[in-house]
Amino acid sequence: MATSHAAVWQHATVVDSTALTDDIRRIVLAPDHPAKVDAGAHIDVRVPIGGVPDRRSYSVVDDGPDGRTLAISVLDSPRSRGGARAMHALRPGDTIEITQPIVDFPLRVGAAHYVLLAGGIGITAVMGMASVLRSVGADYTLVYAGRSRPALAYLEQLQNAHGDRLRLHITDEGNPLDVTELVGGVEPGTELYLCGPIRLMDAVRRAWIERELPYPDLRFETFGNSGWFAPEDFVVRIPRIGAEVTVRATETMLEALEAAEVDLMFDCRKGECGLCEVRVLDLDGDIDHRDVFYSERQKDSRGTMCCCVSRAVAPPGGIAIVTIDIS
Amino acid sequence: MKETTVDKVLGHPLNAWYVAAWDHEVNRKPLARTVANRPLALYRTEDGDAVALADACWHRLAPLSMGKLEGRDGIRCPYHGILYNSAGRCVSMPAQETINPSATVASFPVVERYRYVWVWLGDAALADPKLVPDMHQMDDPDWAGDGLTISVDCNYQLVLDNLMDLTHEEFVHSSSIGQEALSESEFTVHHDERTVTVERWMLGIDAPPFWLKNMRDKFPDFEGKVDRWQIIHFESPTTINIDVGVARAGTGAPQGDRSQGVNGYVMNTISPVTDRSSLYFWAFMRNYRLESQVITTQLRDGVSGVFREDENMLVAQQAAIDANPDYEFYSLNIDAGGMWVRRLIERQLAAEGRLPAPVAPVAAG
Repeated sequence: MATSHAAVWQHATVVDSTALTDDIRRIVLAPDHPAKVDAGAHIDVRVPIGGVPDRRSYSVVDDGPDGRTLAISVLDSPRSRGGARAMHALRPGDTIEITQPIVDFPLRVGAAHYVLLAGGIGITAVMGMASVLRSVGADYTLVYAGRSRPALAYLEQLQNAHGDRLRLHITDEGNPLDVTELVGGVEPGTELYLCGPIRLMDAVRRAWIERELPYPDLRFETFGNSGWFAPEDFVVRIPRIGAEVTVRATETMLEALEAAEVDLMFDCRKGECGLCEVRVLDLDGDIDHRDVFYSERQKDSRGTMCCCVSRAVAPPGGIAIVTIDIS
Repeated sequence: MKETTVDKVLGHPLNAWYVAAWDHEVNRKPLARTVANRPLALYRTEDGDAVALADACWHRLAPLSMGKLEGRDGIRCPYHGILYNSAGRCVSMPAQETINPSATVASFPVVERYRYVWVWLGDAALADPKLVPDMHQMDDPDWAGDGLTISVDCNYQLVLDNLMDLTHEEFVHSSSIGQEALSESEFTVHHDERTVTVERWMLGIDAPPFWLKNMRDKFPDFEGKVDRWQIIHFESPTTINIDVGVARAGTGAPQGDRSQGVNGYVMNTISPVTDRSSLYFWAFMRNYRLESQVITTQLRDGVSGVFREDENMLVAQQAAIDANPDYEFYSLNIDAGGMWVRRLIERQLAAEGRLPAPVAPVAAG
């Protein structure tokens, strides 16, 4: 079974880099050690950001024979923290370090019905699944939502491959996605695979729970990089060690604290495991919870936060200050 | 470039159905089984469906097979209580209010057929139940019989070699089914993309003890010579059903009239466990005296004794292979069936990208 959770690093050569939209590039890589790519796989990439190596996760969109090439697609938005810019600068012949494909978002074959839901660049996580479901003759619908038609990567390819099974929701064409209607129309026995911004994920999760659909049949993947608010600078105070650290909009709170040599425990770095939890002692502003570890009740209490992904948001006319305790 | 098919330790295809257990072994208490190097936790849901999950909890890899079944289709990790459903999805993380979205264990495709629970460990999108090898005699009302499982410490290919060439019976099983006629008689071999057939007829011979007993179960007064047949049917990658029997000599068995004889099918399907261990599932089915449980038990026990002789040889052979890493295999003409099996398997391994180069026929000259 090719499914692996292990990060095995290798080199890869850039074979091609093509602009798909104004801000999305398709980058084709030839890994030194080709391996079969299962649907739902991603790779981690080491990218230099301001000269410092950092790590980003990108879904594998498709792959060549026996995994000798694999394609990712990278969105560089004004909110990007620098990784996307470095990826967009790659040109054929460049080499980078990547992991072998990792599957934390596996597709299960055999469900009665499927809905694959992608918001914007989230299409990259579910395209491979759509191909598999088409090839096994499954009953599936691919729902692709975005703000405008030119911003939707792979649109023509998906229309050709999936025909009527593709449902488009384009906000500026007056046809935005209605999550309540989508989840309300889901047949029993449906598995829903979702990748998109956190607002979409939260809305779907709420509708799914409200309809009392089986929670394990809602599948999602988040790389913890979207929030309810745009990232901004904020200040972290840690009275226990007398530290005050400014977190820049382009870095995570965990990265800023690591740079300040605060000794923190963490693991997943994408808001799933909860190991990076810090206790919030005082808060000037609000918390932009970007994790999937806490329940809504826990998020609303504002007593703790996952510092690997979550941020603070400024009060009107000021800068946010979050005072925390650490383990 | 690889030109022959005599790997001493052959890898196993993954895009295939392998038997993980007899149907009666999979129930409401988890069973640990390793197939094709993948530890599995096998159990049955309250609805009666067989389930095969990877036997390692997502969290710290504790074996789920040590856990308890819960609810309609769940299994709870015995260590920190993480609960999974039959799809391998976490449905409860006791120590937190949410569920980590990546918390899954692999749930492998399962088919229950011919009294066996079959699992598919390769690409699930290719797991077509139509690819389960034909073993219909196992639960066909025209046949009766039973079998057992042998856990044998050798590469699965050695078991296939053993079953594809039955001249060894003369030497390994001399007291039951062996006789000189076996290695003296001609045989024919045929193959296609998925199957290999080896057919051998021995005409006008004395019935060896095992077959004399079977003839007298059907024809109590039987005396005299028999025509004996062994028709070995291999179906890729690891199933071998052997049509065996004897009939009164000269009564037309080679031409298709087996009414004056007894017919059995030795059903064999081998599941690789590791590179050097295998689960050998077998049964002996017959199409006469279907009502007799005594005969079923006698045949099962008799064949079990015969197969113990094979097991001893196979284990000793594997040990000798490992003790002589610098020695290679050589082949005999009698290996034709086994060599075709090896070639079909190596082609499948190559198609899965798990051999360095596809096997090509050796060029003449």
